Amino acid sequence: MINTGDTAWVLAGAALVMLMTPGLAFFYGGMVRSKSVLNMLMMNFICLAIIGVLWTLYGYSWAFGNDAFGGLVGGDEFAGLGKTIGHMVGAAASGPPPVPWPGPDALPALAFVMFQLMFAVITPALISGAIADRTKFLSWALFVILWATIVYFPVAHWVFSFDGFTGVNSHGGWIANTLKAEDFAGGTAVHINAGSAGFALALVLGRRKGWPRDHIRPHNLPFVLLGASLLWFGWYGFNAGSALSASDLAGVAFTNTTVATCSAVLGWLLVEQLRDGKPTTLGAASGAVAGLVAITPACGFVSPLGGIAIGLIAGAVCALSVSVKYKFGFDDSLDVVGVHLVGGLIGTLLIGFFGTKNVNPAALGDDGLFYGGGLTQLGRQAIAAFAVMGYSFLVALVIGMVIKHTIGFRVDPEEETSGIDEAEHAESGYDFSALGAMATSGLAHYNLGGADKVGAATSSTGAKED
Amino acid sequence: MKLVTAIVKPFMLEDVKGALEQIGVLGMTVSEVQGYGRQKGHTEVYRGAEYSVDFVPKVRVEIVTDDTQADKVVEAIVESARTGKIGDGKVWVSPVETIVRVRTGERGSDAV
Repeated sequence: MINTGDTAWVLAGAALVMLMTPGLAFFYGGMVRSKSVLNMLMMNFICLAIIGVLWTLYGYSWAFGNDAFGGLVGGDEFAGLGKTIGHMVGAAASGPPPVPWPGPDALPALAFVMFQLMFAVITPALISGAIADRTKFLSWALFVILWATIVYFPVAHWVFSFDGFTGVNSHGGWIANTLKAEDFAGGTAVHINAGSAGFALALVLGRRKGWPRDHIRPHNLPFVLLGASLLWFGWYGFNAGSALSASDLAGVAFTNTTVATCSAVLGWLLVEQLRDGKPTTLGAASGAVAGLVAITPACGFVSPLGGIAIGLIAGAVCALSVSVKYKFGFDDSLDVVGVHLVGGLIGTLLIGFFGTKNVNPAALGDDGLFYGGGLTQLGRQAIAAFAVMGYSFLVALVIGMVIKHTIGFRVDPEEETSGIDEAEHAESGYDFSALGAMATSGLAHYNLGGADKVGAATSSTGAKED
Repeated sequence: MKLVTAIVKPFMLEDVKGALEQIGVLGMTVSEVQGYGRQKGHTEVYRGAEYSVDFVPKVRVEIVTDDTQADKVVEAIVESARTGKIGDGKVWVSPVETIVRVRTGERGSDAV
């Protein structure tokens, strides 16, 4: 029987998580130069469009269909989503074996499908920050399709698909059911996964022209803080929504999400105050995101004090780790590695210390080290983290190299200098010129079909008829 | 005729404008510029990466004047723009061959 309260919360949660992708777009968009802002927004926004379609066609089924091969990938019974209409997920619908977590009551399958879709959307979007300012847009779109298909959908199956959840006697993925590593909302499947792929792509594409010598300053820090705030807001859907119920557990996840983010902001700013002498806006925004990332896997397994500790550690460690790229010389432009990979690892591993069944008695794993559970859970967490990290890195590297050596992954050096917005989208983000329209030569071509591509017709001859 | 060009600190612009009005200067052109002399720029830190920003924002004031007025204009600017600290700017005077008022076509001193 449908639990209407749970269903309402999961639907609202799906909408909250949807908002995270545009939020991320502004978080990233503010950090790039003014000549690349539209490209950065588009690299994120296109993920909504592409993944929304793929998820319906086969993505959901590969992630949450009955296991097809060794806990690695789901079957295709839900392809096209036809068989999800009128279908329930959760223990009450599927009967024994009971699902201890997530929640005990039934949700309409499509509410769950849409909730999980938004996770699948934001994960590839996170990767884009590693290759800002220099990526061919069509190559990026192709990468998103391939990486989601080969990496995200299977990994979501590993981590998020529980035995018996989407159907009677259905089997899920190996990390959730065989290994019994704990990942409440996606520290492995989302953040380690994206961070690791970002690292691979930063290596494939190489440094931006002039990096790190030239000034590549954020062009709009208010956007960055606005984007971080939208992410924080949407993250309540991500984490508290992952309780899949309007319940005590959702309240716990909501609370931990809040306190860890607060302490992570303080942790990051403390590092800046001590090291650089000034707390920065970019540091506050980055600290918030680092805290959100780290608490994501842990928010349903730790106490609020544990949440504060995880946030503080994540804020401080991420603040220090974003400088590593200068030492090793890879241009992870917006610190996808330093924030998402490192933050994801911190949160996933710290469950092995701070996790406790006092908070979540139904949790599949054991208590953490600080609650007398020994090293068992920490070992499981480490295996899950490094399995996802290795798989995502290797596949992203291969896809990246194939794209690089076929259609090319990077814009021309000249286009990179003059601005990727103009080169890839034939637009400018801002018109600050008082000359305004006088700076252009007027309407060159009104496209009623067929005819020239926009941008190809920027001749100075003014109106041009076919 | 002379062109007096002054580079001053942006926040001194109101004082300079007031001083020039006092001595009867009726018009000027102002632009926002960036540069550096002995005053160096500042550093900015983004996620721990320190960037030095060499160019300092300044305001350029340009006034066309009669030969006889040029010294008074220079003096007014120098007096009003001075804070005594590094970065107060510079003033220079250059000769102007001809001036035309667009509306009337007047030339030379009449057009100033």
